[in-house]
Amino acid sequence: MLLRRSVRSAPSSLSASGTASAGVWRRKGVGRRADSLFAVLAALSGVLILGILGWMVVSTTGTALPVFGSQGISFITSSRWSPSDGEFGTLAFIYGTVVTSVIALLIAVPLSLGVSLFLTEYSPKRLKGPVGQAVDLLAAVPSVIYGLWGVFILLPLFLQPVSDFLAEYLGFIPIFKGPPSGLSYFGAGVILAIMITPIITSLCREVFETVPGADRHAAYALGATKWEVIRQAVLPRARAGIVGATMLGLGRALGETIAVALLIGSSVSIDASIVRPGYSMAAVIANQFQEATGDHIRALVGIGVVLFALTIIINMAARALVWRFNRT
Amino acid sequence: MSEKSPMVQEEGVDMPSPAAVVSRDDAQSRRPPVEQPVFSVRDLSVSYGKNVALKGVTMDIRPRRITAIIGPSGCGKSTLIRCFNRMNELIPGAQVDGQVLYHGEDIYAPGVDPVVVRRHVGMVFQRPNPFPKSIYDNIAFGAKINGYKGDMDELVERSLRRAALWDEVKAKLKKSALDLSGGQQQRLCIARAIAVEPDVILMDEPASALDPIATVRIEDLMQELKRDYSIIIVTHNMQQAARVSDETAFLYTEVDEATSARWGILVEFGKTGRIFTSPRDKRTEDYVSGRFG
Repeated sequence: MLLRRSVRSAPSSLSASGTASAGVWRRKGVGRRADSLFAVLAALSGVLILGILGWMVVSTTGTALPVFGSQGISFITSSRWSPSDGEFGTLAFIYGTVVTSVIALLIAVPLSLGVSLFLTEYSPKRLKGPVGQAVDLLAAVPSVIYGLWGVFILLPLFLQPVSDFLAEYLGFIPIFKGPPSGLSYFGAGVILAIMITPIITSLCREVFETVPGADRHAAYALGATKWEVIRQAVLPRARAGIVGATMLGLGRALGETIAVALLIGSSVSIDASIVRPGYSMAAVIANQFQEATGDHIRALVGIGVVLFALTIIINMAARALVWRFNRT
Repeated sequence: MSEKSPMVQEEGVDMPSPAAVVSRDDAQSRRPPVEQPVFSVRDLSVSYGKNVALKGVTMDIRPRRITAIIGPSGCGKSTLIRCFNRMNELIPGAQVDGQVLYHGEDIYAPGVDPVVVRRHVGMVFQRPNPFPKSIYDNIAFGAKINGYKGDMDELVERSLRRAALWDEVKAKLKKSALDLSGGQQQRLCIARAIAVEPDVILMDEPASALDPIATVRIEDLMQELKRDYSIIIVTHNMQQAARVSDETAFLYTEVDEATSARWGILVEFGKTGRIFTSPRDKRTEDYVSGRFG
């Protein structure tokens, strides 16, 4: 009412005293100033974060530039890594990062979908809270703890026996060829899977909870069983969200350092067999940075730049995928 | 799984009981010589947790008629209609007492699979809720999960024609159903429901989210559909109930003064013309003459 009255009276006052009464339209006081101050602060924060990102890209690329120059394309196509000879081929690390991340996703995505579907669709109400909180808690455990637990518990009790088993009985398949090692792509992949499962689960659970009840009811009313409801009504709606959650998990897997460094076996080699030791990009940076000098350091920073680029490419691919899903 | 009730059996199995008349494979036998009620509701009560939502409803639903359920907000109309296809049990804590006999078989008897009940009793909801899939896949969904083996293209066309939607969508069957207008979406939902060839179609305020023109089309469609299906419709729109239905049930809220607990009861049930022109109960009269609600 107040607003309408002032709006109505404004034109009459305008016509009465010409332009002098333009002040009618202006709100004065602290509220207005705080508003513009906040707008400036918000804009500054946005610029700041862009600035930090730009600074990082420019300074790391700048540091690594001499090595990029001397190695050329062989920096990412060669797997000969010999700092004492000035040879810096990083393909083995790129390979290790990609392979361990893929193994992690292959294990973690089905597992996460299972856990989140159980939590949203099947579990009785009194289990929902505790299990959900346990999952969230797992996501908060520092990665060094995962790494140490992996080395001291998981390695002797699970990774080594499973690697031995795979090499012995499935060794005729190249990817399981022995001699097996517990510290391997597989070992690092398993620990990564355990680390990213809580993240993917947590996100998927939220995605499933946002699927409209109307969709579920529509499916139920057509005589769908619970599984048919999940498969036909819940999962299609959640597709984009599942991809997003997976990509967030993948992002963490690609960059994970300490747990992988402890479990991958630190061998600069490219092996088709996942039960053989390898190396990853983040692990080599962490392991060698302390004693590196000169071009060695520049090469390690260069690996960081490549890892950064890889992450960006994968993120963009994920966005494209989500965008396509959302259109159909 | 119990072998006693036809509700737990798949199609095609010998069904000696009266419920055999609903077998979808045998359209002829859908018309029994003597008109038996599709549903006989006997002393039905529903509660959610400690709250009673509906008390002591007894009524018979006649086949190939439109039965309207009317009443003020919160009187348990939606609760009642959801008892006919056991949708209430999707709500945690829902408890149903009494009997709902479908062609003489209690659908709440132990061993009755609600999934099979829902394959005989379709439902259309208040808000159009097509799946985020193509128009074609929306129709095919129910048929697929029901193991339909025939020509899917033909089924999709037939269902869309029956829902008076075919001409509007035949050129864009592969387009997303979400691109349709609200009224078209609702007719798609009706087509989706009849594609599984149910015996009864429940409609929970099917036109309340639609504009007047779309509403008229839905109402016309219902008149077409009642030749083959028994339709139960919940509506808060009395004119709509008077226009479309053959029988009307009036529900009203009863209040316990001491605890201020409220629940719905069935006040009056009969031919629509009589309910609207010469109601026997004072509350019905007040409601249909627009004195409250």
